Amino acid sequence: MAGTDPIHQFHLNKIVDLPIGGIDASLTNSGVFMIAATLGVTAFVMLGSSRKALVPGRLQSMVEISYNFVADMVKSSAGTEGMRFFPLVFSLFMFILFANMMGMFPYFYTFTSQLVVTFALAMLVISLVIGYGIYKHGFKWLKLFVLPGVPIVLVPLVTLIEVFSFITRPVSLGVRLFANMLAGHIALKVFAGFIVLLLGAGAWWSYPLAILPLLLTIALTALEFLVSFLQAYVFAILTCIYLNDAIHPGH
Amino acid sequence: MAGDIAEKIAVKAGEGELAEEVGHYGDGAHDAAFPPFDPEYFVPQLVWLVLTFGLLYLLMSRLALPRVAGIIENRRERIAGDVAKAAELNGQAEAAQAEYEQALTDARSKAHAIANETRDKMKAEADELRADSDAKLEEDLAAAEARIAATKEKAMANVRDVAAEAAVTIVHQLTGETSEAETVADAVEKAMAAGGGR
Repeated sequence: MAGTDPIHQFHLNKIVDLPIGGIDASLTNSGVFMIAATLGVTAFVMLGSSRKALVPGRLQSMVEISYNFVADMVKSSAGTEGMRFFPLVFSLFMFILFANMMGMFPYFYTFTSQLVVTFALAMLVISLVIGYGIYKHGFKWLKLFVLPGVPIVLVPLVTLIEVFSFITRPVSLGVRLFANMLAGHIALKVFAGFIVLLLGAGAWWSYPLAILPLLLTIALTALEFLVSFLQAYVFAILTCIYLNDAIHPGH
Repeated sequence: MAGDIAEKIAVKAGEGELAEEVGHYGDGAHDAAFPPFDPEYFVPQLVWLVLTFGLLYLLMSRLALPRVAGIIENRRERIAGDVAKAAELNGQAEAAQAEYEQALTDARSKAHAIANETRDKMKAEADELRADSDAKLEEDLAAAEARIAATKEKAMANVRDVAAEAAVTIVHQLTGETSEAETVADAVEKAMAAGGGR
């Protein structure tokens, strides 16, 4: 049954074939939702700030809460110097949040379940950390990997571990978001599929039994909304913490 | 996953023919790879990610966030301004209160001064009146005393004459002698002096 295939929702297809100069720039269903997320975030922030009311309405309140939420996050993790990256962190947070939340609608494509997308965003963050760290502190920034107060004998080993842990950052950052969204949507689909399978089984006992996966699907939907927010938050706060390493390399 | 393995083999072989042949193990070209790991869609997604996220970043950093920051800053300034204004008005009210209290104190002390002055004046007047009446009374008293003294003197003189006459008469009656008026007067004088002039 194609209707209950939990992987089917991740299938990509090209809506518009666009080979430009040897680069396949085709618009896929994932690309459509990237556009939707961009438009959604832009519309949300622009409409919410259009009235410029001293006493904010609902939409403006939401926009201001989002703004302050991310601004506080950046300030508390990366300090006031980190505020130069505030637009980036805000864009990342809102982009991922909208992508995840839109993905909760049936038949909508969740492009954060694509490893290449999340990994690209993670690489953007890590390249920025390395680039800004070296731009700001020169090659002294590499001292980040040499922990102070470590016995000289252990320095090479500890440094190696530090370098390794730094390299795993983009991987864990990208994979965490990807895996959470993928697994969540698969789980949802699997349990929702059980309802269909049970109802289609035709035996008398399968109808009341179908309530169990239904209840689970409802609970999982609530959980997935939480995960959608939480993963956007985790991505944003880890971005702040990594950027803090670029701004203040001292441990 | 069969499709996944088939894909890898196909990539390694680099031959369309082999890929097609092995692909038959999967359920056709579309289901060949687990979608998130399908390299066919890596580039298109990356292109659109760069386009959309780049656009979003530009819109946010150039347009949207400065606007939201402006609203928040505007409100913060307005609140700070209102608080400052309230403090100023409060200061003014306190000054007015102090002024009022000062005026009240002044008026009170002035009233006190006027009351004191009036009382002093009245007292002075009363004192003057009393002094006047006292003087008059003393004058009257002195006059009365003088009159009394004169009357007394006169009375005393009469008494002496009467006593002298009485003494002459008594002596005449007792002895039948007629006394010398002068002698009798002397004796009366002596007796009255001895009697204390009562």
